[in-house]
Amino acid sequence: MKGKKQKSYVRYVLAYCFLLSCLMLLILWNINAGSVEMTMGQVFEILLGHHRQDMNYQIVWDIRIPRILAALILGGALSVAGFLLQTFFGNPIAGPFVLGISSGAKLMVALTMITLLGYGVGINSWSLILAAFAGAVISMGFVLLVSARVKNMSMLIICGVMISYICSAITEFVVTFADDSNIVNLHNWSMGSFSGMNFDKVKIMAAVIGIALLLSFLLAKPMGAYQLGEEYARTLGVNILFLRMSLIFLSSLLAATVTAFAGPISFVGIAVPHLVKGLLKTAKPLVVLPACFLGGAVFCLFCDLIARTVFAPTELSISSVTAVFGAPVVIWLMIRRHDRSA
Amino acid sequence: MDEKEIYLHTEHLAVGYQKPLIEEIEIAVARGEILTLIGPNGAGKSTILKSITKQLSFHKGIIWIDKKSLTQMSGKDVAKKMAVVMTKQIHSELMTCQDVVGTGRYPYTGKLGILGREDQEKVWEALRLVQAEELAWQEFSKVSDGQRQRIMLAKAICQEPELIVLDEPTSFLDIRHKLELLYILKQMVREKKIAVIMSLHELDLAQRISDKVVCVKDGKIDRCQRVEEVFAGNYITELYGIEKGSFSEKFGTVELPQVEGAPQVFVIGGNGSGIPLYRRLQRQGIPFAAGILHENDVEYGVASSLAVEVVSEQAFEEISEKTFQKAVELMEKCSRVVCTLHSFGTMNGRNQELLKLAEGQGKAEEK
Repeated sequence: MKGKKQKSYVRYVLAYCFLLSCLMLLILWNINAGSVEMTMGQVFEILLGHHRQDMNYQIVWDIRIPRILAALILGGALSVAGFLLQTFFGNPIAGPFVLGISSGAKLMVALTMITLLGYGVGINSWSLILAAFAGAVISMGFVLLVSARVKNMSMLIICGVMISYICSAITEFVVTFADDSNIVNLHNWSMGSFSGMNFDKVKIMAAVIGIALLLSFLLAKPMGAYQLGEEYARTLGVNILFLRMSLIFLSSLLAATVTAFAGPISFVGIAVPHLVKGLLKTAKPLVVLPACFLGGAVFCLFCDLIARTVFAPTELSISSVTAVFGAPVVIWLMIRRHDRSA
Repeated sequence: MDEKEIYLHTEHLAVGYQKPLIEEIEIAVARGEILTLIGPNGAGKSTILKSITKQLSFHKGIIWIDKKSLTQMSGKDVAKKMAVVMTKQIHSELMTCQDVVGTGRYPYTGKLGILGREDQEKVWEALRLVQAEELAWQEFSKVSDGQRQRIMLAKAICQEPELIVLDEPTSFLDIRHKLELLYILKQMVREKKIAVIMSLHELDLAQRISDKVVCVKDGKIDRCQRVEEVFAGNYITELYGIEKGSFSEKFGTVELPQVEGAPQVFVIGGNGSGIPLYRRLQRQGIPFAAGILHENDVEYGVASSLAVEVVSEQAFEEISEKTFQKAVELMEKCSRVVCTLHSFGTMNGRNQELLKLAEGQGKAEEK
């Protein structure tokens, strides 16, 4: 009896070790890969603080490392946001992208940027996060209105996708007719990208996401009960209203922060939590939440590596790469769900 | 029976969704007692249970649990006193049975909900009580319905409640698992002095397991009484508005409606030997008469439910001439006579005469 218990702990430890080693490997690979060739030895020396005058030093410390950290933090955040939403809706194919939350955030960020640029006001990260959060909450509001009326899971997703299309269309429209030269950047961003990061941005995203992750982790216990179903959670003494509000707030904040910095990124929020649950063979939030963060980081670092290097020097949008790897997971999930219900 | 101290009781309770569905609910249950809600579909049994378990806010009245008002207790306090098994399935993605039982420890674990050594022991104790230790490591979604209900019961026990509320716990179970589950429940109630409120569809089971029965009908509590009082007379037949067929209050059994018309077959039965034949004739749609039965014969109830007419004699009395003549008259009208008895005793000796008479008329048939 005890043996089996230990076996599941062993599995957790192995899974975490696996994720951590993937993460380390991908970080090193990402530092090393790029249009400027460097040997591993050079990279290590630079990391240890040598060659400060070298151009490569700047490339590593000012471009590659901030980008890696951004992909790591934002990827992890997105995956956790997905897990929170799946718990909230009790729906395995819920995620910030398919529910239109990312697109809502994108629209508000685009509008804010254009307005502020029009008045010649500088843009800082905080105002972007705020705008993205507002957009995320508005989209979420729509989704919640729909979910209150239709209990059907698929309908919920379809509505989310529709909201997403509407928001994207308006964003495209606004971006196309905005006449500022800065909009070129905006276009890049609206497709999703980890480029153009610096340490200031990384610090801000780390602070916001760090707090949101900590709060999510503290909700692990009631989330675990909520997974059983709302009624059972209530009979166990869970404060349902508080939990639901917290889940909405945290998932919106996480998705909004990601969108503010990197634009909308597809499928990470759905695919990663499922892969992680499969790896751990459990859905317990206490175990799954940190692993989701690691998994999201690994997934996004991997996708960003591909986005940067496969057609270098042309860069792919991150969303198209995550879709290639994430969408099949979603399709597989839907088929498996259908098989089970049949 | 001595009166035990009441654990849960309601005062002028009115429950329902938008508007009150059932009003003036007054029920009471003590620890170590099982109270069962019965009543027709849609009468509001589940609505009452949902209100008691705080799933639904009620319109009027007070629910007292352990001398405290339910509305003034926090969710956590309620969870320590009351465990619930609902008809709705839990979502149990990647959960073993042992994980599911472990969720019952929720009100007792710390901030992160990690189960300590003591919690683990409670989980195993609960699994032992429902005789499901061997299921511990199986995936919950893959066990059978009967096993699943046992695990849900274990989860409820694991919560260390003083009251367990179950909404139709035996639905979807076959007869063996129904009996098993209720047996385990009964044992637990005795052992741990837990109060139980549940709803049941099966009247026969309700009659056997419950200490008190509450009948819910037409927006009110019809009766909240000891089980013996409810299952007396024609009460159940009226409660459910049974028109086709009948329900035997004594045995908790049902019979299909009798075949109407002039009796074609006269059955000489007794001692239960006629029951299969009565049922067969009912199935084949042949109206029949039966006699002569003593009113304390086991088959008397079945015969009076299914036969067009039954000639009967008072219990413990020899068959009188008057009764005998009545039987002879009735037998004359039937074209066939079947005797299911092989031997006759002093009390029903005249049935043998009846058979002889039929043989003389050439009506008697082998069964």
